[in-house]
Amino acid sequence: MFLSQPFLSLSHPVLMGIFTNRGFQPKRPTNPKLPPGQYETTDFPVLTAGPTPRIALTNWEFRLEGLVEEPVKWSWEEFNKLPMQDFNPDIHCVTKWSKFDTHWRGVSVDTLLEHVKLRPEAQFVTEFSYGGYTTNLPLADLLGGKAFVGLQFEGQPLAPEHGGPARLVVPHLYFWKSAKWIQGLRFTAQDEPGFWERGGYSMYGDPWKEQRYRDDDDDQASPSSLRL
Amino acid sequence: MSRVAWQLATVKAIKPETPRVKTFTLALPNWTPQLAGQHYDLRLTADGGYQAERSYSIASPPEQTGEIELTVELVNEGEVSGYLFEGVAVGDQLEVRGPIGGYFVWRGEPSAPPLLLVGGGSGVVPLMAMLRHRRALGLRTPAVLLFSVRSPEEVIYQAELEALAQADDSFTLLLDYTRQAPPGWAGYHRRLDAAMLAEVVARFGAAQPQAFVCGPTGFVESVANGLQAAGLPPEMILTERFGPTRG
Ligand SMILES: Cc1cc2nc3c(=O)[nH]c(=O)nc-3n(C[C@H](O)[C@H](O)[C@H](O)COP(=O)(O)OP(=O)(O)OC[C@H]3O[C@@H](n4cnc5c(N)ncnc54)[C@H](O)[C@@H]3O)c2cc1C
Repeated sequence: MFLSQPFLSLSHPVLMGIFTNRGFQPKRPTNPKLPPGQYETTDFPVLTAGPTPRIALTNWEFRLEGLVEEPVKWSWEEFNKLPMQDFNPDIHCVTKWSKFDTHWRGVSVDTLLEHVKLRPEAQFVTEFSYGGYTTNLPLADLLGGKAFVGLQFEGQPLAPEHGGPARLVVPHLYFWKSAKWIQGLRFTAQDEPGFWERGGYSMYGDPWKEQRYRDDDDDQASPSSLRL
Repeated sequence: MSRVAWQLATVKAIKPETPRVKTFTLALPNWTPQLAGQHYDLRLTADGGYQAERSYSIASPPEQTGEIELTVELVNEGEVSGYLFEGVAVGDQLEVRGPIGGYFVWRGEPSAPPLLLVGGGSGVVPLMAMLRHRRALGLRTPAVLLFSVRSPEEVIYQAELEALAQADDSFTLLLDYTRQAPPGWAGYHRRLDAAMLAEVVARFGAAQPQAFVCGPTGFVESVANGLQAAGLPPEMILTERFGPTRG
């Protein structure tokens, strides 16, 4: 273990601390709840690659598919009858803002998974959305109370620009892993890169390790370019 | 060395664009050609180790090798823009990494559809990179820039944009002054709305343009909705949101 650590890695504090910007003073209080490179905001900024889709609730459905014994789907009405819980996560966007103690109401992914039997090969998940967005993550990151489908935000139905009618929320990863306008989860055997991931963003996206881009990932298996 | 590793750039030039906007030319030890529309991350470090990171679009085209230009608007109470604006001089060093971003890009393929660029305030920066790249390639891809500003002194790159519109009749510059317009102004003088966007889309006739929309969050939301209402399909609308909505 000790020997496998390079003595002077680039993230070594001594090397990291060398450069400072003369006269630069923090204007924001530091906060231990803030991951590296993030700042706190009280607004709710929006990051999306295209226009906000408008989804009629009469056509809305949510599906679990892929490596499951039998796929399931819910209509809006059926989904709203599932048991709901309150969640108060801190959220961290890769564009550098973090927002503390948000209030959501929704359905835990654990609750959804009570309705399907996963095949043993299912190790990863592709979240897919109305409008064609996808993002990928390990199945384990959705289990044990770590993720939910949010329908209400701060006591109101979730607004379309923030992903309404329903958004998958996985607060311990950067917020692009929390797909807006969620349509369902596809269980896969391999980790299949989604929309931003194909564009060079991290496969995993841990804010505490500052895994913004593919080159920040632990394995760094394929030195990726940031080009599509 | 990884493409997105941090590197120490040297400030080569600083050019005021408007009273609240400056362009910084940074010489990079490890420059790699970017795509028009990509950005760099910039990181400031204080004495105690505190760091602040922000993203800035590249204003220069990839034909300008070895360096990048970043155009930064001073945000009130802005931690990073405030320091860049007041604390940085030619010869200083800044930590940056990039180029970053794979979707809000224009590759300048000769067969590409016409370009509809819609910018609000400093949202014009990546759009300017696209126009500069287009000019450097000598392309005549029809292009319209609809640029929304509050008042005449806020028009970033004004002289260059006007010269380009003069020299190239396949490029149209449409300025929209949302508050004050210059004396005798006959163009758009209201908040950008759906009717204006429909008019601009209609200029392209049957050819469906590729739209790039960039600016503050609220601006991008309303433009993207307006373009869809004007008949552009969502896949022809690419957006980049710079931050909070302004009044
Ligand atoms: C992909 C991308 C590209 C960008 N490109 C550019 C660019 O080319 N030029 C440029 O000037 N900026 C650009 N930005 C915005 C930039 O990253 C910073 O957000 C901006 O400079 C403000 O940072 P700050 O530290 O000065 O302000 P902060 O200290 O973060 O904020 C100070 C106050 O201003 C508000 N605020 C924060 N950002 C903005 C904003 N953009 N507009 C209005 N109010 C704001 C905050 O809510 C806060 O109240 C880009 C952002 C992204 C995500």
